[in-house]
Amino acid sequence: MANQALTLVAALNLGLKQEMAKDKTVVCYGEDVGLEGGVFRVTEGLQKLYGNERCFDAPLAEAGIIGSAIGMAINGMKPVVEMQFDGFFMEGIPQMVDHAARMRNRSRGAFTVPMVVRMPFGGGIKALEHHSESMEAFFGHIPGLKVVIPSTPFDAKGMLISAIRDPDPVIFLEPKRLYRAFKQEVPEEEYFIPLGKAALIQDGTDVTVFAYGSMVRECQKAAIEAAKMGISCMVVDLRSISPLDRDAILYSAEKTGRVVIVHEAARTFGTAGEISMLIYEHLYGKLKAPVERVTGFDIVMPLLKGEDLYLVDSFRVLEGIKKVMGKM
Amino acid sequence: MDKLNTEMVQILTPEGRLNESLRPKELTDEVVFELYKKMMFCRMCSDRALKMQRSGRMGTFTSVEGQEALQIGSEFALKKQDWIVPAFRELAVMWAHGVPMEKIYQYWIGNEWGSHPPAGVHVLPVSIPVGSQMLHGVGLSWAAKLQGKDEIAVNYFGDGASSEGDFHEAMNFAGVFKTPTIFICQNNQYAISTSRMIQTASKTIAQKALGYGFPGVLVDGNDLFAMYAVTKEAEQRARRGDGPTLIEAYTYRFGDHSSSDDSSKYREKAEVEAWRPKDPMKRLQLYLASKNLWSEKIEEEMRAKFQVEVDAITEKAIAMPVQTVDEIFDYTYAELPAALAEQKNYLKNILLKKNG
Repeated sequence: MANQALTLVAALNLGLKQEMAKDKTVVCYGEDVGLEGGVFRVTEGLQKLYGNERCFDAPLAEAGIIGSAIGMAINGMKPVVEMQFDGFFMEGIPQMVDHAARMRNRSRGAFTVPMVVRMPFGGGIKALEHHSESMEAFFGHIPGLKVVIPSTPFDAKGMLISAIRDPDPVIFLEPKRLYRAFKQEVPEEEYFIPLGKAALIQDGTDVTVFAYGSMVRECQKAAIEAAKMGISCMVVDLRSISPLDRDAILYSAEKTGRVVIVHEAARTFGTAGEISMLIYEHLYGKLKAPVERVTGFDIVMPLLKGEDLYLVDSFRVLEGIKKVMGKM
Repeated sequence: MDKLNTEMVQILTPEGRLNESLRPKELTDEVVFELYKKMMFCRMCSDRALKMQRSGRMGTFTSVEGQEALQIGSEFALKKQDWIVPAFRELAVMWAHGVPMEKIYQYWIGNEWGSHPPAGVHVLPVSIPVGSQMLHGVGLSWAAKLQGKDEIAVNYFGDGASSEGDFHEAMNFAGVFKTPTIFICQNNQYAISTSRMIQTASKTIAQKALGYGFPGVLVDGNDLFAMYAVTKEAEQRARRGDGPTLIEAYTYRFGDHSSSDDSSKYREKAEVEAWRPKDPMKRLQLYLASKNLWSEKIEEEMRAKFQVEVDAITEKAIAMPVQTVDEIFDYTYAELPAALAEQKNYLKNILLKKNG
């Protein structure tokens, strides 16, 4: 079968289409998911293909969507539900934390919740308030949840299929500014990207840069600039916040001895703090410089005119790289 | 069911008079006697659990006293494969639907295995956040409908839950998607200390169903006959594909909210005493006595027999092992992530050191 050049949105759509064809228990629902195909069109055409019973619009109620999906999952279905925006997920979080995450443990495995909650993630599209949130650290703090973030069309399809087949609840965060940012060859046939595995984006010898989601592209750009200055960067896409790929993190950090961790989310208690600590615990004495964090600020994401002030860009990443190289 | 009727369905009065014209045919005197025995057994188990709590052998416990007819009567209208979605005061319905009593004790003693029912028993674990479980019942029954399974789901919750957003979302989803769901509101007049009057300005909770496009019915929750009858009607509606029903079962919580509560702080003794004559057990005793199926002597013998059973259950529950280190880690995910494996190992080593 041929590969096609697809956007991230189209790759997700293809993955859903193929999983729904293979497995009749997969259903997609959420706000405007059925008829319209979602506000970002990830579920476009699915209702036409599979009917109103397998892809449909839900009443406008996030807790209702997630809570009902929990019941569905316990009784043999694989719901893939959409939160229209990351900020709206707040209304559904109690169901996720109180029940989806706990049902397996609470019932000692008698009842399980194989469901996927998909949502657009992060800023960068000049949207309204509550449309640009980065809450991955909070989700990663909840035992029982998996939290993954693809950064390419290829990964998006492979990770979505893995998420749908996963026996546990998965929060699937889709960097919304990458939805249509670029195209990539995506195989028509089935393939899996295992959840919890980081990806090496580019190898290097001087600095290791960890990122995920839309930050990966900023790090790649920064690495190109760094190379011009004679700095060789290793760029690692974590892809999964829970579980973290500890082996990849420790291997990559040790290899260069200099670490920059990049995320769009607020700084304090962010994932960079956790990853730094992991590195500190295992690689104390082996680093050539203190770990550098390049992150969002501990403020509310400004409204659209001021969004660029907040967002981490390749310039800030490069500054971080220069700092750990002692070239400031 | 008349949608605007706010009168309460009652078939057996507190004085033990039965309205024969409304009597469900399945409830022969013999069946009623058997159900009475179940109710008695559950009340004794609930009392024992409270005693276990008082003597430090159980954690917090929520007594079912006063709500036995409500739970045993409604459960009797269901099929084995139907789903029970409890809150936390559902000892009777959970047991009647197949969870062994020692498992129920095990949960309240503080071990997750108490929420692992035998295979094929469709009873979800106790759900503590008020009202949040109602959406699961909608999902369970919705999945059954989509897969063509002959299963319905029954949500149990209290009057306090009717104030929660999840109550609204669950009822709304059920109405929109016509799921085979029964909502049983156990209106026992209190959410801990807060009276039913503070939960809603609505005349009844049953009438809220109107806003969701399906029938609601107010029923005397202390009347076994009425509870069975209205649940049976709702069950048949659900099985026919006609969608959900809300049942407001009017009852009274004779005990404290939980073993940690002291209800004398917020309600008069006289109020509790005024409800005593409406006890669901008492009216059945009066009725069954009129059929020569009940007497003080029969009651005594029954209680003595159950006492032995409850003792055995208590012993069994107390003898159950505490959680192992493996158990508390291994059910977080289907597969243990590396970080959790490391933490588990750490705890095992610490315990080895600590315990020598």
